[in-house]
Amino acid sequence: MNNIAAMFRKNIHQYGLYLNNIATLFRKNIRQYGMLLALIVIMLFFEIATGGILLKPINIDRLIQQNSYILVLSIGMMFCILTGGNIDLSVGSIVGLVGACSAVFSVMWGLPVVVSIVLALGVGILVGMWQGYWIAYMKIPAFIVTLAGLLVFRGFTNLILVGGQTIPLPDLYVTIASKTVPDFIGKMLKTTELGIDLTTVVVGFLCSIVFLFLRLSDRKTRIKYNLVVPKINLFILGAIFYMALINVFAIWLAMANGLLYIVILLLVLIIVYSFIANKTVIGRHVYALGGNSKTAELSGIKTKKVMFLVYANMGLLAAVAGIVAAGRFNSAAPTAGDGVELDAIAGCFIGGASATGGIGTIVGAMIGGAIMGILNNGMSIMGIDTFWQKVVKGMVLLLAVAFDVYSKTKSKSK
Amino acid sequence: MAEKILEMQNIRKEFPGVVALKDVNFSVAKGEIHALVGENGAGKSTLMKVLSGIYPFGDYTGNIVYEGKTCAFTDIKSSERLGIAIIHQELALNPYMSIAENIFLGNERNSSGVINWYETNEKAIALMARVGLKIDHTTLIKDVGVGRQQLVEIAKALSKDVRLLILDEPTAALNDEDSDHLLSLLIELNQKQGITCIIISHKLNEVTRISDKITVIRDGSTIETLVRGLDEISEARIIKGMVGREMLDRYPKREPNIGEIGFEVRNWIVHDPMDETRVKIKNVNFHLRKGEIVGIAGLMGAGRTELAMSIFGHSYGKHIRGTLLKDGREVQMTTVSAAIDQGIAYLTEDRKSAGLVLIDDIRRNITMANLKKISRHGVVNMHEEVKIAEKYRDMLRIKSSSIYQLAGNLSGGNQQKVIIAKWLFSEPDVLFLDEPTRGIDVGAKYEIYTIINELANQGKCVVFISSELPEILGICDRVYVMDEGEFVGEMPIGEANPESIMRCIVANERKKVTEDAAAAAAGL
Repeated sequence: MNNIAAMFRKNIHQYGLYLNNIATLFRKNIRQYGMLLALIVIMLFFEIATGGILLKPINIDRLIQQNSYILVLSIGMMFCILTGGNIDLSVGSIVGLVGACSAVFSVMWGLPVVVSIVLALGVGILVGMWQGYWIAYMKIPAFIVTLAGLLVFRGFTNLILVGGQTIPLPDLYVTIASKTVPDFIGKMLKTTELGIDLTTVVVGFLCSIVFLFLRLSDRKTRIKYNLVVPKINLFILGAIFYMALINVFAIWLAMANGLLYIVILLLVLIIVYSFIANKTVIGRHVYALGGNSKTAELSGIKTKKVMFLVYANMGLLAAVAGIVAAGRFNSAAPTAGDGVELDAIAGCFIGGASATGGIGTIVGAMIGGAIMGILNNGMSIMGIDTFWQKVVKGMVLLLAVAFDVYSKTKSKSK
Repeated sequence: MAEKILEMQNIRKEFPGVVALKDVNFSVAKGEIHALVGENGAGKSTLMKVLSGIYPFGDYTGNIVYEGKTCAFTDIKSSERLGIAIIHQELALNPYMSIAENIFLGNERNSSGVINWYETNEKAIALMARVGLKIDHTTLIKDVGVGRQQLVEIAKALSKDVRLLILDEPTAALNDEDSDHLLSLLIELNQKQGITCIIISHKLNEVTRISDKITVIRDGSTIETLVRGLDEISEARIIKGMVGREMLDRYPKREPNIGEIGFEVRNWIVHDPMDETRVKIKNVNFHLRKGEIVGIAGLMGAGRTELAMSIFGHSYGKHIRGTLLKDGREVQMTTVSAAIDQGIAYLTEDRKSAGLVLIDDIRRNITMANLKKISRHGVVNMHEEVKIAEKYRDMLRIKSSSIYQLAGNLSGGNQQKVIIAKWLFSEPDVLFLDEPTRGIDVGAKYEIYTIINELANQGKCVVFISSELPEILGICDRVYVMDEGEFVGEMPIGEANPESIMRCIVANERKKVTEDAAAAAAGL
């Protein structure tokens, strides 16, 4: 007992330093951590208010299926907002249009499903390039171009689905949106009747190991370059936390239906686009453009090209979202994606994007999107009127951005 | 002696890191035209901003006595109420409103919020007659030339019962005919309607023509006041006051080691992007030698920035013609990235709005113009980036908590160093530095000069653009003089002095006047 106390005394200074470190880390990233905190608080609130339904594995599974295509849109939307507070109002209509085109390619023309998916993605890119052309090269405000797109593409969606009929789609679409990877490990070890998907657990564990290795190699390179690294204890603490998080998430999925294909798709997109945003030249040019377009231009950044690519990419991601949405509703419908652009935009702003551009992260957009998703889902479980749900979501958006502006003016006056 | 309308006593005004006005005493007698002259950055405009309440009471120290009463203006409205009106260099008119609406903008003729258009129009017509504006009062400002816009501004001031009218560079954007008209109007307003005027101007010929008194400001202090009838009033006399005699040792020493010609510009012609018929840069020729610091001197608006930007990847101007030679070879660079690839760098005069991304950290600002150097297949090596940022932070002694500090939180001098680091990292051979020391304090200036010297010693061609003559004389090896879009003089540093440079400009202005007169005579 005495020994432990002595050890504690000896190390207390060090612990103090850790806390200090964490505190500075927190202060620097207050916006992001603040939103994470808000997400946790909202999660806990609904967990209690719904009598423990919210975090049940099966509800988590449902939450993911409900929100995945909106999150995909948020990824693309974040880049649009980063370029200078520009938004894309047309993405909901593109989701509808891509669904309708999918129906044409795969059902009416009878093309193989994979081909029709590739063609549908192509449609999204073309639509994005069309809008990008007007915004980047003709200097028409993004708001106007995409407002026009909202009308035009919704119109085309209805024209394609003659008279607003709903067309069922092939199975692969449904698989992407709501099926899981088969539990081959479970079958091999004959554990399928335990009600837990062993494959998911194993994949989750492997992911956490890969994560650990990536962190370690990053740490090594940092040391090689003589950069500051966190103390090894702190590093281990952080690694354990994230690894546990990954494993718990995997086990939760395993207890529901297993590893959804859409989870894999979403994670790949998040990783790829976070990488683009943080580590590639084009990503850095997007931030520079949003931070100060004049400076960017005078630093040799091809601002028009960057703008064009961002909107072309938004078209691509809207097409991905369109395919996921079509699969989730198992059909191409004239109203598919109606109004989701606003959820995607709100998610980005709640997640810390600056309304004037240059500030924001993909992970932030995902957190913001998750907050919106949980608000929707939690209030639905509680049986709250959908009109009240809108009031609540609107107020959350307003307060989140108000907090952002407030914290910025405060840090400025310091 | 006439009664004093205004007396400013011991005015002192500081900005973070810079003292803009040290100890200014300035008095204006009722009914006179009083000119305020000085070099760029001497503090003329700051003084007038103090007077008109743009810098409110408490932001400065000293007293303002107006019409016998000590005043403490809290904003521009409170000075207007007492009859002080200021007309800025950049006109503050709404282009999509009519002349009449603009005259009463912010001062609308109304009863309980409902505008009385009859009264507005009637009064506007009367005011326009007073300033000799003979066009329809419903004409939109965007359809009116700059000269007449200036008159609208004066009419606006008159609508507020102005007794003291301040004009900041009123003729800077006007052609000779419009300038002439404006100056005659000022004399008329002054003599017939008893309005006291303070006029800030660079055009010394105008100043000597119309003013009763001339006060010279230098480095934030009033130097002298010349009174017509008592003192000699001539351009040479004013220049002497403006420039001063003493030159302190404010510039680091350097032994120039000048090599062959590294960069040359031939027959460079640039048109104004706003008005494509207007030639902004008129057939400019110059060359830069390796290891040489070449200054471009000239008044504000001479076209120095436009020249540099048009060379730097056509980032200014339309219908650009001319030849660029680097190391004797002709080069094409019609985009900024092409210019950077050719080894050209341009440090902008406006560091906050065009030089930095203020919401990004030092590291990202430094690597911005040359990310491809530290990236492979489009992926940035961020560890390498940190190393580079640290290197430049140490090398240029950028005072900051770390390379992760936001550029927006740095002092002016350190911001400028970040931009210099950005351009050093792009590995240029030719650097255009546009007002690199504007708005930064003396110590930081010295450090920047040292860096510039170092660059020249490495054999780079350096172009130094500055409105502060002493600075050009202090660090350059050779000076070009620019005026109204053309080069009007070239001299080695040994022959350059404020008088010789001013003489080039004045000679050019005079040549213009005689040419215009000749053209007019030929026209007759």
